[in-house]
Amino acid sequence: MTTATATAPRAPELAPRVSPSEGLWQTMTLAWRTLVQIRHNPWELGDFSFQPIMFVLMFTYVFGGAISGSTGEYLTFALPGIIVMNMLFVTMYVGMGLNTDLTKGVFDRLRSLPLARWAPLAGRITADLVKQAWSIVLLLGVGAILGFRIGTSAVDLLAAAVLILVFALAFSWVSVLVGVLAADPEKVQIFGFTALFPLTFVSNVFVPVDTMPGWLQAFVNVNPVTLLADAARGLMVGGPVAGPVLGSLLWAAVILAVFAPISVWAFKRRV
Amino acid sequence: MNHAIQVEGLVKRFGETTALNGVDLAARAGTVLGLLGPNGAGKTTAVRVLATLLQPDAGYATVGGYDVVRNAHQVRQLIGLTGQYAAVDEALTGTENLQLIARLLGVSRREAKQRARELLARFQLEEAAARAAKTYSGGMRRRLDLAASLVGRPQMLYLDEPTTGLDPRSRLEMWRLVRSLVADGVTVLLTTQYLEEADELADEIAVIDEGRVIATGTPDELKAKIGARCLAVRPADAVDVPPVVSVVGELVGVVPDVEGQLVTAPITDPAVLPAAVLPAAVRRLDDAGVVITELALRNSSLNEVFLALTGRPAEETRQTEDIEGVPA
Ligand SMILES: Nc1ncnc2c1ncn2[C@@H]1O[C@H](COP(=O)(O)OP(=O)(O)OP(=O)(O)O)[C@@H](O)[C@H]1O
Ligand SMILES: [Mg+2]
Repeated sequence: MTTATATAPRAPELAPRVSPSEGLWQTMTLAWRTLVQIRHNPWELGDFSFQPIMFVLMFTYVFGGAISGSTGEYLTFALPGIIVMNMLFVTMYVGMGLNTDLTKGVFDRLRSLPLARWAPLAGRITADLVKQAWSIVLLLGVGAILGFRIGTSAVDLLAAAVLILVFALAFSWVSVLVGVLAADPEKVQIFGFTALFPLTFVSNVFVPVDTMPGWLQAFVNVNPVTLLADAARGLMVGGPVAGPVLGSLLWAAVILAVFAPISVWAFKRRV
Repeated sequence: MNHAIQVEGLVKRFGETTALNGVDLAARAGTVLGLLGPNGAGKTTAVRVLATLLQPDAGYATVGGYDVVRNAHQVRQLIGLTGQYAAVDEALTGTENLQLIARLLGVSRREAKQRARELLARFQLEEAAARAAKTYSGGMRRRLDLAASLVGRPQMLYLDEPTTGLDPRSRLEMWRLVRSLVADGVTVLLTTQYLEEADELADEIAVIDEGRVIATGTPDELKAKIGARCLAVRPADAVDVPPVVSVVGELVGVVPDVEGQLVTAPITDPAVLPAAVLPAAVRRLDDAGVVITELALRNSSLNEVFLALTGRPAEETRQTEDIEGVPA
């Protein structure tokens, strides 16, 4: 550019925008940063490792006998759903991290650097996917030790994991919105508990739906958590797959279509 | 002229509040522009617009010839920002904080490590390098924050109240650092609430109040206008206030200000040598038989600057509770 409109001499020609590969690199660097944080805050690792393990142990041994007659059978029923439930809780880290960056001013620092506009958010979500994958592997490992047996193939299992990650990707946008709107990171966590607990418990993750009153069944049957848990069960243990998978993907698409634009809008308003 | 930073008619509103109400600024390359103003004057807002963090409602600003709105990405390649509040990742160590930024800027792993080490040494943070920043004191955080803004070797550095909340030694250290950066050719935009600081560091000062620039000039020009030093005398007895007023008035050549028993007057006349004023005051007051409990030649406060410029004191100032970690 050599237009004469500039009133002052320009600094040596600078790149007008970030190339996609640079943006990708920045995203990976920011994802790395989120994962390195865990090293200094082992509690967080505990949150998304021991907590789900505790859930598995608790539900398997406390409820297992009563609900399914044996703990082994119950584990086979509940583990896929517990993995889904845990996925939802883990997405809240996106919002908490984002909120921390916003309230501590780190976001301003990042925005003052020549980075791709989407890199900070994409970095968070990428890091979250790594945490998600880790949680899935961990829960499957613990499940296997406790007697969970895969009734399908390795390909189906992988498909289940991918489906859960796809849903996580969509649901992260809910977390982004909460992270942008909340006054501080604790509020994000409070939201996570108060909104996600009913959503995950009023589903068929822990108990089969047929013992619930009719009006509740109506909700449970359309709850995305139920659909996703069914899909995961189908792919991991066996049973109907197509319907629940389609339902889950539809939900993911709806959540993405609704929350991504709202989040981006709220985000632009806040920063 | 070669203006590294140029701002014209900048307006920024937040709902009802007009934070910037037509601000004009200019900083020559390799100089320090001091933005002097009380709480709420609009200093941070101006810095944030220049750092591409805020979009102005009217007016324009260029940095290195690039428009902060249309060429934001280019501007970001030129600037380093040290905000009013330290913006460090508390969960990362000092080293990691700096490495992160270097890596984001595309520096190789080895060089990033090297750059982090250099900067940590420069800011006396070597011992804390491997500790999470959340364990840092307020002053250490500010130093790390400043180091972070220098990782990319910016041509323009914005420092928003860099010494607020620092102890006197750290403040001198900061001043030394700013000077060394300017010696390397960096253009610095510095905001401050202290006339003394602007006087020490700035080549050019813009006094800002309620979103407007109310005075500009070199420190000497401004001091000539408003008096950088101020003579203060407090008689032991209230009946001695009138004679003190007349002695002080004669010495510095302006009508003194009386507050309780304290008589103060800014020294604006360049013919009055501050060093000669104190002994003269002692002699004259002694001759007049006045017993005094306080006699001082001190730096004018921002309040006095405003009194001189606007005829009214600076806006009611916010308390200093917002200074992180460091008791004021
Ligand atoms: N995000 C915002 N939303 C609403 N009002 C704002 C916002 N940021 C600044 N203001 C208002 O704009 C005015 C100028 O604020 P600014 O932070 O620029 O002042 P300042 O000179 O930096 O003050 P201080 O010395 O206290 O840091 C103030 O009245 C402030 O309340
Ligand atoms: Mg400010």
